[in-house]
Amino acid sequence: MIVTSLKTMEEIRQGTLLSWPSGLNLDSWAVAWGGRGYGAGDTFLRPYFWNSIKMVVPAVFFSTFIGAMTGYVLTKWRFKGDQWVFLFLLFGCFIPFQAILLPMARTLGVLGISNSVVGLVLVHTVYGIPFTTLFFRNYYVSVPTELVKAARIDGAGFFKIFFKILLPISAPIIVVTIIWQFTQIWNDFLFGSTFSFGEAAPIQVALNNMVLSSTSVKEYNVDMASAIIAGIPTLIVYVLAGKYFIRGLTSGAVKG
Amino acid sequence: MKTLKIEELSKNFGSTEVLRKIKLEIDEGNFLVLLGPSGCGKSTLLNIIAGLETINEGNVFIDDYNVSKVEPKDRNIAMVFQSYALYPSMNVRENMIFGLKQAKTSKEKIEEQLEKVSKFLQVDQLLERKPSQLSGGQRQRVAIGRALVREPRIFLFDEPLSNLDAKLRVEMRREIKKLHQQLKTTVVYVTHDQTEAMSLGTRIAIMNHGVIQQNDTPENIYNKPSNMFVADFIGSPSMNLIKGSLKESSGEILFTASGSNVEIPIKDYEFKDKSNLNNKEIYFGIRPEHIYFKKSNEIDFEINLRANLSEYIGHEQIITFDYANQEILAKFPSTIKIELAKETKLFFDVTQISLFDAKTDERI
Repeated sequence: MIVTSLKTMEEIRQGTLLSWPSGLNLDSWAVAWGGRGYGAGDTFLRPYFWNSIKMVVPAVFFSTFIGAMTGYVLTKWRFKGDQWVFLFLLFGCFIPFQAILLPMARTLGVLGISNSVVGLVLVHTVYGIPFTTLFFRNYYVSVPTELVKAARIDGAGFFKIFFKILLPISAPIIVVTIIWQFTQIWNDFLFGSTFSFGEAAPIQVALNNMVLSSTSVKEYNVDMASAIIAGIPTLIVYVLAGKYFIRGLTSGAVKG
Repeated sequence: MKTLKIEELSKNFGSTEVLRKIKLEIDEGNFLVLLGPSGCGKSTLLNIIAGLETINEGNVFIDDYNVSKVEPKDRNIAMVFQSYALYPSMNVRENMIFGLKQAKTSKEKIEEQLEKVSKFLQVDQLLERKPSQLSGGQRQRVAIGRALVREPRIFLFDEPLSNLDAKLRVEMRREIKKLHQQLKTTVVYVTHDQTEAMSLGTRIAIMNHGVIQQNDTPENIYNKPSNMFVADFIGSPSMNLIKGSLKESSGEILFTASGSNVEIPIKDYEFKDKSNLNNKEIYFGIRPEHIYFKKSNEIDFEINLRANLSEYIGHEQIITFDYANQEILAKFPSTIKIELAKETKLFFDVTQISLFDAKTDERI
C-alpha cells in the first residue's frame, strides 16, 4: 500500500504491483489529505479526519469513564438486583449494530442531534458501555473489597474511594478499554454512514465516498494514501499502549 | 460505662440468619477475641461494630452512645484487615495519614501523629515506599500504624495474622500483645485460631451458628467450657467426651460410662444444680492432658485401659485408648513408653473434668 501510494498514476499503469516507485512522490498523499483545490465533487480526508477525532475522543472518554463507574458500583457497592443489571449489560454486548439502528435514529431525531458529531458521540458511548463495564467489572472483582472498607473507615466517600483508591490502580484496564473503544469507534462505518452524511461524516465514511464514488479514472495511489491515513491513528494508539494491552488483559486472571 | 455494648443484635442475609440475638459488653482496655469456626458470623459481627454492615435488629453502643446508624468514620474506631488493605497507589506515609486528612486534621497534628506512630512501630524508615515494596510483616505494621494514628477508642482486627507464615505469625502475635499492654486500648479481634485467641485475649467469646456460646476469660473457657461445643472446639486434641450416666448413692455421686461397670466417683465438682442427678444421662469430659501416666494427686482415679494407636509428634505423643468401645485420647511426654494392644494403668485427674447434660449439651 505504501509503495503504491508513492507512485504516480503513470507508473501504476505501466509497472507491476511490486515494482518500486521512481522516487518519493508525495503528491497522492497531499491529494488524499487536502484535495485538488477545485470546488464541487472534490472529496478529501482532512475535515472528516477532524470529525473523527472530535467523535472518537469524547466517545472513548465517556464510555470508559461510565464503564469504570458502573464496574465499580457493580463490584464494590452491591445492591439488590445488581446481578440483573450486570446480566442486561452483558446482554448488551451481544446486540448487533444493525438491531439498534432504527431505535437510535428515532432517539437522535427526537434529541435533535441527528447528522452531527455529537449524535455519533452519544451513539458510540451508549453502545460501548456494555463492553467497558464488562472490562472494568472483571478487573475490580479481583481488587479486594477490604480496600473499600478500609477507605470507608478512613472517612472517604463514594467518589473519593473511586478517584483516590481505585482509579490510580486501574491503569492497565483503562489502557485495554481505550484501545478497544478507540479501534471500535474509529473503524466504525455503519453508525457513521447511517447517522451522518456530508459535512458531519467521520473518516471511514469519507474514505468510502472517496474510493468508491470516483467518477473518473481510479486513482489507486490516492486511494492507498487515504486508506493509510485512515488507519494511522489506530496504529499509533496500539504502539503507544500496546505493551499495557497484554498485561491488562491477563492481569484480571491471576491474583497478584 | 461500657466501651462497647451490643444489645439483642440480629442480622440476616436474605433468608439466612447470620447473627441471632447477640449480647456483648466490653470494659475499657479489654482485649476481646471473637473465636469460632468459619461461617459462624464472627466477621459479620466485627463489620457491624465497624459500621460496614447494616443491622436488622438490635443496637450497638460505643461509650454509651448509640452508633447503630452512625457512619464508620464517625464511630471512633479503626480496623486492621486480613489482606492489610493498604492503598496500593499510595506510599506508606500517604496510607497512614489518609484517614486524618479525610477528617481535616491540621498539618502539624498529622505530622506529629505520623512521627510518633511510625517511630513506635519502627516503620519510620519506610515512609516513602509503596506497599508492594514491603514484606508481609512490614505491611502488617503499616496497617496497624494506619489504625493507630487515628487514636481510636476501639481497635478492630479481622484475622490480621492469617496471611503470614508460621514463624512471623508468632512474632506478630507477641507484638500485638505488647502493643495492647502499652496502649491499653480496647480491642476486638476476630480469629479462627484458638492459640491466637488464648494467648492474646483477656476475654474470649466463642461463636457458633451466629450465637455466642460462651464469653469468658481464657482460663474459664479452657477449664469450664459452658457447653459441649466449646469443650470440643478448644484444645488440641479436643476434650474426650464419654457418654454415660450418673448415680447417686449414700451422698456420693458416681459416673458410669455406657457399656462399662467401672464407677468413677465425682468429687469436688461444682454442680450448677445438685438436684435430679440420679440416672441423668451425661457426657463426662476430660482433656487428653489431664490423663496421667503416674499418679500425681491423691484424688486421681485409677483405671486400666487398652492402648490402640500411638501418634508421635516430637515433644509429646498422643495415645488412643479404648474405654468401653469409646475412643479416649491422652497426651503424654514422648519419653514415656506405652505398649500398644495392652492394658495400661492410667490416672484421671477428676478435679479437671467437665460434665454435660446429654440432652441439652449444656454444662451441669
